[in-house]
Amino acid sequence: MKPNRNSIGALFLKTALILLVLGLIFGALASVIYIVPEFLKNNFGLTALRPLHVSSVVFWILLAATGSIYLALENITPKQSSTLLQKLHLIFWWMALAGIFYSYFTKNFGGREYWEYPSVYALLIGIAWVLFLILFIQKVRTMRPWPVYIWMWMTGIVYFLFIFIENYLWVIPWFREIFVKDMVIQWKAAGSIVGAYNMLVYGVAFYLMERISKQSVPSYNKWAFALFFLSFFNMLFNWGHHLYLVPAKPYIHYIGYAVSMTEWVFFIKILWNWHKQVTEAETYYHYFPYRFLLASNFWLFFNLTLALFMSIPAINLYMHGTHFITAHAMGTTIGINTMILLAAAFEQLLPKQSSFSKGSKRTFWVIQLSLLLFLVFLLLMGIHKSIWFFQDPQPPFSEMMEKMKFWSAGFMISGITLAISVVLMVTLFFRKKFAQGNPNH
Amino acid sequence: MKSVHYIAITYIILSISYLVLSFVIYTDTDTYQVKSQEIDVSTASQGRLVWQKYNCQACHQLYGLGGFLGPDLTNVSQKGFFYVDAFLKTGVNSMPEFSLSEEETHQLFEFLKSVDNTGNAAPATYNTFWNGMIQPEHETQP
Repeated sequence: MKPNRNSIGALFLKTALILLVLGLIFGALASVIYIVPEFLKNNFGLTALRPLHVSSVVFWILLAATGSIYLALENITPKQSSTLLQKLHLIFWWMALAGIFYSYFTKNFGGREYWEYPSVYALLIGIAWVLFLILFIQKVRTMRPWPVYIWMWMTGIVYFLFIFIENYLWVIPWFREIFVKDMVIQWKAAGSIVGAYNMLVYGVAFYLMERISKQSVPSYNKWAFALFFLSFFNMLFNWGHHLYLVPAKPYIHYIGYAVSMTEWVFFIKILWNWHKQVTEAETYYHYFPYRFLLASNFWLFFNLTLALFMSIPAINLYMHGTHFITAHAMGTTIGINTMILLAAAFEQLLPKQSSFSKGSKRTFWVIQLSLLLFLVFLLLMGIHKSIWFFQDPQPPFSEMMEKMKFWSAGFMISGITLAISVVLMVTLFFRKKFAQGNPNH
Repeated sequence: MKSVHYIAITYIILSISYLVLSFVIYTDTDTYQVKSQEIDVSTASQGRLVWQKYNCQACHQLYGLGGFLGPDLTNVSQKGFFYVDAFLKTGVNSMPEFSLSEEETHQLFEFLKSVDNTGNAAPATYNTFWNGMIQPEHETQP
């Protein structure tokens, strides 16, 4: 059955791809400020460019995962969900996006880090998310038994809603009267909400593995469920590492320290097992989905290493407040989430074919190489700042930033190369030649 | 069928544990003040909103959390009101001039004082311990 290219799932994915392009453009512009501090200072500056970049990328992940789940459910179950609610779901998101971008362009902030828009737009996202939950339940309620990715999606959807509300407790004055408690709640929510949308993305990865390998084993075996619960456990309790320097109660630090970093080992094991099951013919047939999933596997190792170091407070002391943290955030959002979601977009929106041009295939490798350089330069910037932290006497901040410019230039150039190459890859989705629908759906 | 029960029970236990931890955090009444400056809590609370209104977190950090283009401002209030006011009025490098009202500037400064009252964010002032934990210099290992 050919998919309707204007189905709600496809429209979610296409909206997400546009957001990815916007996020990359805003990110590339923001990186220039590190070299030319006065760049766009009186128009946007980092005050507006950072939320434009971060929100675009966060919404890319949320909407791409949503679209991918829609399209996957169309394949998994014949059960229908309300068409009206589906349309409303998308319309609420579009309204929220329009309002949020308008508020950023007019420098009307008021929210907190990663969600800097005025809180009223959070209501639209909240309503859209409730609709997503209803639609999801309509689709899966009669399915038995649930494969692991349905559990992951269910958990991601339910807990995103809970944590999203927690993320706005600060609007009640009582919650922000004590600064440290306010910070703990803010970063508890910030950490857990990433875990919640990672549940959606990793669920998509499991679904893709099942489709590509044509075996349902990875989605039902004990390892898959062990990983799911470990991820769930980490989502709920592994946020304390943000707060090692914040003078919170010691148990907050100890929980974060103790819980950290077990989930990645399991995830790699599952991916590795799956990788061994895929035949050469299948990898050829699913050209980009297979390669982007494999790339996410490589970036998992990179981020696992970084995350393991960051979870030890005595090492975190040297990394916290530096670009090590940016490298970790970029490594996970680009290296893991974006690779998985691009794999999903190729699998679900484009025909499974090997007729991509040599240029497109080369672009894939430019993305991986520029991402590696981008992360290496961020790590070097992190080392530079970390050394400054412990210098005695400590030179002025501006002097440290000036001396960092060599590494910042590398960060900017590799970042712009990365942005251009990903944008080139995304243009494939909007070319007439390819946009004929996936014959296997 | 049996495995579904195990999944459901594990799910419920984890969810309840999370809700209990959340409740303990929400109802914490400790003030975390380790310095003796007088703080007007209501003004500081408004100052937190000023911090958000002008998106200071895009470039600055509190306890290392925030953007990295500008310096950490956890203890900046120690340099005095006029130091902070001067930067807000004139800007510097990539920092634009901000047109805060006099009331907003006072609220923001009160917020920064309340942050400073909770401790010191400079990593060099922390001690490390055998178990990998860290503590600010003025505290002892629990």
